Amino acid sequence: MAIMQLREAINLTLHQEMERDPRVIVLGEDVVGGMGTAGGPEAIGGIWKTTEGLYAKFGAGRVIDTPISESAIIGAAAGAALAGKRPVAELMFADFIGVCLDQIWNQMAKFRYMFGGKSRCPAVIRVAYGAGRNAGPQHSQAVYAMMTAIPGLKVVIPSSPAEAKGLLTQAIRDDDPVLFFEPKALYASREEVPEGEYLIPFGHARTVREGTDVTIVTCGQMVAVAAKAADKLAQQGIGCDVLDLRTTSPIDEEAILDSVELTGRLVVLDENPPRCGLAVDIAANVATKAFSALRAPVKMVTPPHSPVPFAVELERAYLPGVGDVEAAVHELLGYRGSAPR
Amino acid sequence: MQLSREQMLIAYRQMKVIREFEERLHNEIQKGEIAGFTHLYSGQEAVAVGVCEHLTDGDFIISTHRGHGHCIAKGCDVKGMMREIYGSSEGLCKGKGGSMHIADVDKGMLGANGIVGAGAPIAVGAAISAQLDGDGRVAIAFSGDGACNQGTTFEAMNMAVVLKAPCIFLFENNHYSEHTGVDYAVGTAGDIASRAEAFGMKVWRGNGCDFFAVFEVMREVLEYVRAGHGPAAVELDTERFFGHFEGDPQRYRGPGELDRLRATRDCLEAFRTSVTEAKLLKGAELDQIDFEVGRLIDEAVDEARAAPRPTAADVLTDIYISY
Repeated sequence: MAIMQLREAINLTLHQEMERDPRVIVLGEDVVGGMGTAGGPEAIGGIWKTTEGLYAKFGAGRVIDTPISESAIIGAAAGAALAGKRPVAELMFADFIGVCLDQIWNQMAKFRYMFGGKSRCPAVIRVAYGAGRNAGPQHSQAVYAMMTAIPGLKVVIPSSPAEAKGLLTQAIRDDDPVLFFEPKALYASREEVPEGEYLIPFGHARTVREGTDVTIVTCGQMVAVAAKAADKLAQQGIGCDVLDLRTTSPIDEEAILDSVELTGRLVVLDENPPRCGLAVDIAANVATKAFSALRAPVKMVTPPHSPVPFAVELERAYLPGVGDVEAAVHELLGYRGSAPR
Repeated sequence: MQLSREQMLIAYRQMKVIREFEERLHNEIQKGEIAGFTHLYSGQEAVAVGVCEHLTDGDFIISTHRGHGHCIAKGCDVKGMMREIYGSSEGLCKGKGGSMHIADVDKGMLGANGIVGAGAPIAVGAAISAQLDGDGRVAIAFSGDGACNQGTTFEAMNMAVVLKAPCIFLFENNHYSEHTGVDYAVGTAGDIASRAEAFGMKVWRGNGCDFFAVFEVMREVLEYVRAGHGPAAVELDTERFFGHFEGDPQRYRGPGELDRLRATRDCLEAFRTSVTEAKLLKGAELDQIDFEVGRLIDEAVDEARAAPRPTAADVLTDIYISY
């Protein structure tokens, strides 16, 4: 174990997986950086420093610096995967999925199905997502809810450095196409990370805090928000069961239902806008499968139906915070007829 | 002309299989036997076959919505394709893809594709993979004159040049982007190859209705790309004998246009005339192939009609490898 940042955990994983499997290749804009400049290759090492050192170690054949051409990057990842490689493509920002959606949605997600199960497309698309860095409406979105809606894709959202390592290792070794959402506001966050082989299987939620009063289901950078709220509520004698989904496709439905059956109350905390989003999806699933366990209506804590604003005050107002989660929990506990059993 | 007798017979057979496959589909679709949208390749056979006769299963191609010809030329099982188009669970793609998504990755056929222009970036990826393996394999993106206007094609061409990828952008100019003429839709006065040239690629042009012309052009192109010189582009002038899709009333055609094209631009007729006049093959040999191919397609249709149908449970298979 070693203390490292989330970006370092990603970088270590890429080094280890490229070392382990010669089929793993990395491609994207500025993943090397400095190509064609006086500064020369590796002048940048990826804008998030997640791909630093890969080019020097593995060379231009496996660490492919591309022009700014998102459709071609993701299309090339799809093609290389069909041809037998294990590409890890980087889109600098999750928002750029808008540029190359066809290659994700109509191509790699559907190959196996369209081709009658006779192909595999083991591609990983790494994207930096999320608000909190005042990057404005086109560089701050969560996006993973939209991807979760697409059959054929797996969607992974790590919440911490160790989680990033275990989940990215699994993503690279997985045989299906994976969208890997890195919370960019947490790139510099630190924790103990296993340095050796570490895999976290998909579809298994992690219990971050245990409690019997209210279930809080969340993922990604909202996990820290939920945990902080749970800690404050614990001081008031309220026990929250906080679940980090880790993957939204597949989703650990059992863990959610088990927890709701224990607590009878559910807060879904998500960073996507509310309409047709992840919170609605989870709330509907619980309402249709565990309605009788509910002692209060499901509470959804999400940003409003709005683009992500730029100004510090506006973004703070947009993004769900610890106070919003606390208020939601109190509202559920105060719901009429919701007295403790 | 450096083709052996054997090669010429194979090439003629392949073109004939494509032609019969498509003409027969045209008839069966009119009877209402086949569901969905079908785009026929009749008229363009010399392109698919003139290209693919140079390739092995290790080379990759990716196709378009008008993909039956490329699939057959690259070695996909013809009966499996017919079963697929009929929607059988024993079709090449288990009835999940249909006409627009026939693929056989083991044969290097990375799929017909329902999205115009989507193939070129995927071909670049397959080319990157081949480049890394360093064994001289190539990837070919078949595109029409419609796809040459998609940004994905531009991105793919630039990226291939930047990465020196062994990728060939093969443009089949059949003069119609769906229902619109190339003189209108392709801003470079209908000329596609010049665009590829502008991206920094070496380009070739040829008569796509002449198998021997296509074969010779592709010999040069493949020699160049397999040698590691980077990508190349080819524009082949060809003709579409049917509409954009089956059922297209083709009101955009000029008077007598289709009859004239079939009379003057039929690549199978041109092949027959050329090889018999040069006394390379006998008319009777070609007649024999025609007969055998006719029987093959009859069998393919009969078997497809009788093939098992998928059940509702099949909807949920083949989405993921594990989930």
